[in-house]
Amino acid sequence: MAAALDMAQDAPPGGVTAAPLALDCRDVTVRFMSERRAVTALEGVSLSLESGSFLTLLGPSGCGKSTLLRVVADIVQPSAGSVSVLGRTPAQARQNRDIGFVFQDASLLPWRNAIDNVRLPLEVGGRRELPAGAMRPQDLLDLVGLSGWEKALPHELSGGMRQRVAIARALLGGPRLLLMDEPFGALDEITRDRLNEELLRIWAETGTTIIFVTHSIYEAAFLGQKVLMLAARPGRVRELVAVSLPEPRRLAVRESPEFVALAARLRALLETC
Amino acid sequence: MSLQATMPATSAAATADAMDAAWLAAQQRLRWRRRIMPLFGGAALLFVWWALVAVFQVRPFIAPSPEVVAITFYQKFGMLMQNLWPTAIEAVCGFLLGNFAAITLATVFVHRKAVDEAFFPIAVLINSIPVVAKAPILVLLMGNGLSPKIAIAGIIVFFPTLVNMVRGLEAVNPQAMELMHVLSATKWEVFMKLRLQTSLPFLFSALKIAASTAVVGAIVGEWIGSQEGIGALIIQATYNFDSALLYATVLCGSFFSILFFLTIRLIERFVVRWQPEGAP
Repeated sequence: MAAALDMAQDAPPGGVTAAPLALDCRDVTVRFMSERRAVTALEGVSLSLESGSFLTLLGPSGCGKSTLLRVVADIVQPSAGSVSVLGRTPAQARQNRDIGFVFQDASLLPWRNAIDNVRLPLEVGGRRELPAGAMRPQDLLDLVGLSGWEKALPHELSGGMRQRVAIARALLGGPRLLLMDEPFGALDEITRDRLNEELLRIWAETGTTIIFVTHSIYEAAFLGQKVLMLAARPGRVRELVAVSLPEPRRLAVRESPEFVALAARLRALLETC
Repeated sequence: MSLQATMPATSAAATADAMDAAWLAAQQRLRWRRRIMPLFGGAALLFVWWALVAVFQVRPFIAPSPEVVAITFYQKFGMLMQNLWPTAIEAVCGFLLGNFAAITLATVFVHRKAVDEAFFPIAVLINSIPVVAKAPILVLLMGNGLSPKIAIAGIIVFFPTLVNMVRGLEAVNPQAMELMHVLSATKWEVFMKLRLQTSLPFLFSALKIAASTAVVGAIVGEWIGSQEGIGALIIQATYNFDSALLYATVLCGSFFSILFFLTIRLIERFVVRWQPEGAP
């Protein structure tokens, strides 16, 4: 809710134009050396994303989905091209705590209990105060459905619960851009379905922009308002597919003819990548 | 329990309860067996020892029978403790100094790769010299007091801790490092919040080894030149063909080693309460 307020403040006076872009990539290229040969992870990727939207990145392995996410989070530096996150450079956005990141493995600190893991962002990086009106660690644990598990250590939680804690941690401080790198990839299908549905609820409640990397066609189609299909070697944009499924979405939407047709289209596209 | 819910008849639930109870009892029996069997093993070994000495009529100065060792241990307890004291001080001081130096150097190595490259091979080289060869050098350098023994105990614990601590500080989950970067954490914060805690299971596995090797170091140091201590007593008893005293002294030294080890393990239980992923 705090994020929604911030966005309103960022809008240019007069309110003629739409909300500012959450992400604007122009011709982003990433090359790095690996075992004495240059690898092009991304080539000429351009992409713009409106605030408050939900984008899924889909593509075969080696298409640079994770690399693109890491460029946005200022973990990887692009070799060429420009990236603007909420009108800032990725480094400024990172220092301003505009970005939350959820990794494939929950990467909780195993010696800290759930709530202390959520609290970690307040203890590092020289920012110790939560912005006024922001959700507190306890509120975030409630939001991700972990009320009563505050004192549990990571090894006492299931894989799905650990990932919920990681989401709560990424949401602390109300980041305006949430980057998720195959966060449910290691979970069983039932847990994954449930978390997919809950993620849409969390997205609706917080109003944050989400970029979600997956290699599941169903996950990409179910979650995204748009699906960005990347092709591999070198990683490049194959197509940006708009998803016109009704919102808010429930799991049952996956049985609808529209969803089935969309999944079939994405699968056909994926085969050409 | 969910099994009971699906069963319609109460008799079925009662059967399940009985099975639970039987299973628990079986677990309990297994636990007790694990506790008692080592005692049987020890008793059997003592009996074999006693029988061998009795049957072959081994002369007391070659090898004493277990009851003679026990009697000597009891009668000379005061003298043994008097000699254990300096050895214990040397071992504990060496343990503290050696490990402190190793932990400090490991921290420097992890943050300054050049220092690692310059000095790690030298550490390996020094470590490859046998303790019995290092000991006389240190006695010549530092005289006949406690200090050369402390130095030997320190050097002997230094290397395993250095290697383990470097490994532990570097065993950080790469995604956790990326997380720290996204949170704009400083190097100091990464060290305090992430690396140090990650290294603790590695550190403690080195410390548990160090607890017994520090005692070995102190004893070896005393062999080179000392009037008191477990090492000195071992040499004296050997020269006097007092095998009962020799065995009792060895026993006394190993009791102390075990106590030292258990103390470290107790501290570990208290400090490392989480379940480490992929630690030794």
